[in-house]
Amino acid sequence: MPTGVACADARPPTPDPRSCDLSSTATAALTLAAEEGEGFHAPTLADFFPGPIFGDGTLVEFNRIMLVRVIAAVLLVAVMAFAASRARLVPGRGQNVVEVLLDFVRVNVAEEILGRKEAARFVPLLTAIFFAILAFNITGVIPGLNIAGTSVIGLPIVFAVIMYVVYLRAGIQRQGLGGFLRTNLFPAGVPAPMYVLLTPIEFLTVFVLRPATLAIRLVANMIAGHLMLVLCFAATNYFILEAAPALKAFGAVTFVAGLAITLFEVFIAALQAYIFVVLSAVYINLSIETEH
Amino acid sequence: MSAAAIPAALVTAAAETHEEQSVLIPAGYDLFWSAVVTAVILAVFLKYVMPRFTRVLDERTEKIQGGIERAERVQAEAAAAKGELDRELAAARTEAGRLREEARAEGTAIVAEARQHAQEEAARIVETAHRQVEAERRAAAVSLRADVGALATQLAEKIVGEALTDEGLRSRVVDRFLDDLDASTEPAVPAETKGY
Repeated sequence: MPTGVACADARPPTPDPRSCDLSSTATAALTLAAEEGEGFHAPTLADFFPGPIFGDGTLVEFNRIMLVRVIAAVLLVAVMAFAASRARLVPGRGQNVVEVLLDFVRVNVAEEILGRKEAARFVPLLTAIFFAILAFNITGVIPGLNIAGTSVIGLPIVFAVIMYVVYLRAGIQRQGLGGFLRTNLFPAGVPAPMYVLLTPIEFLTVFVLRPATLAIRLVANMIAGHLMLVLCFAATNYFILEAAPALKAFGAVTFVAGLAITLFEVFIAALQAYIFVVLSAVYINLSIETEH
Repeated sequence: MSAAAIPAALVTAAAETHEEQSVLIPAGYDLFWSAVVTAVILAVFLKYVMPRFTRVLDERTEKIQGGIERAERVQAEAAAAKGELDRELAAARTEAGRLREEARAEGTAIVAEARQHAQEEAARIVETAHRQVEAERRAAAVSLRADVGALATQLAEKIVGEALTDEGLRSRVVDRFLDDLDASTEPAVPAETKGY
């Protein structure tokens, strides 16, 4: 395994100073490690394409990440169905927690962006997508699962396609196909010659960039988070178990960094779920607004 | 955590010759299982979880709204009742004041009337008494006049005896006596009445 190099490649410059330190430290350490003939498992993109459990090469090929997704989905559905089945007029403690999250999506996302009247139609879908993304993101830091269900592009694409269909459909329903294209591709209040520039840009934005960025933003965050976590804990493992005695202390540094990044990933998991539904709501709003 | 990870990750993916799978191009099975889990989650949320929670929330809102409205209605009723009571109380007070005033006026009138009545009665009694006294005095004077003549004659007969057998003398003596008597008892009687 081309360990040192792979590690350096896998860790591009990041805004997190801790990670930069870790990268250089790890590279230095690995040079030593190579001489001792010991291995350091650097995170690679192969982590996101593990070997199949069954159905190799077919449409139903099932690997570890698919298993994580199924577990997350089953747990989410079970918990929410349980909470819903016991939903009472006077909420208990558990119901309060669920209602806070439901209210968050309804009030802070849907109603704030779409307005109370328009929001009602889209709240169930936005809520479902929010909870689904949150559940699939959070598996990245759950011990035993250790990878986000959204860290492989398929799932973000499915979510993005759903939102794509929803916001196009909402716009066309509201304004008709012609009206929707006119308001979106030919924004009002612009001198006619500018449409030569604006219309292709708007076309790209509405039909390609919005769904693409929704999916890519989510998957990229999850991939990067997983790589950072694996790097930290793999380095910790290597430093403490295999590195020269003088380097063992670095293990503590990488371990603490790993813990910090774990907490950061929890935050990112929630943040990305929030961003996804907020942007979806904004796109819906842009579609149903007749005047920009 | 940034999008800067993507290009580098792509480079890495390209560099790994044994890995034909791109991180941005979905594999068929990836899409298949993604669609399956998403469909399950959406079905449960849209068909069961959200309608249920929406119903509970609506019910709660309705209940709270209803409670507030009911409370407002009761409060309004109480305020109306209190206003009514206040009005009635004020009316009763006015009525009581009026009655008291009337009673006082009536009392004053009764007292005045009684006093007048009493005065009239007293005056009448005094008048009657005066009249009676006058009548009695006259009666007494008349009877006295008759009796005193007889008595004086008897007395004079006894004292004078036979000296007064002379009719002319006796008549003159009696007249003179009576004149003197009249003069002494009624000094105001004029002298012409002495012919008696």
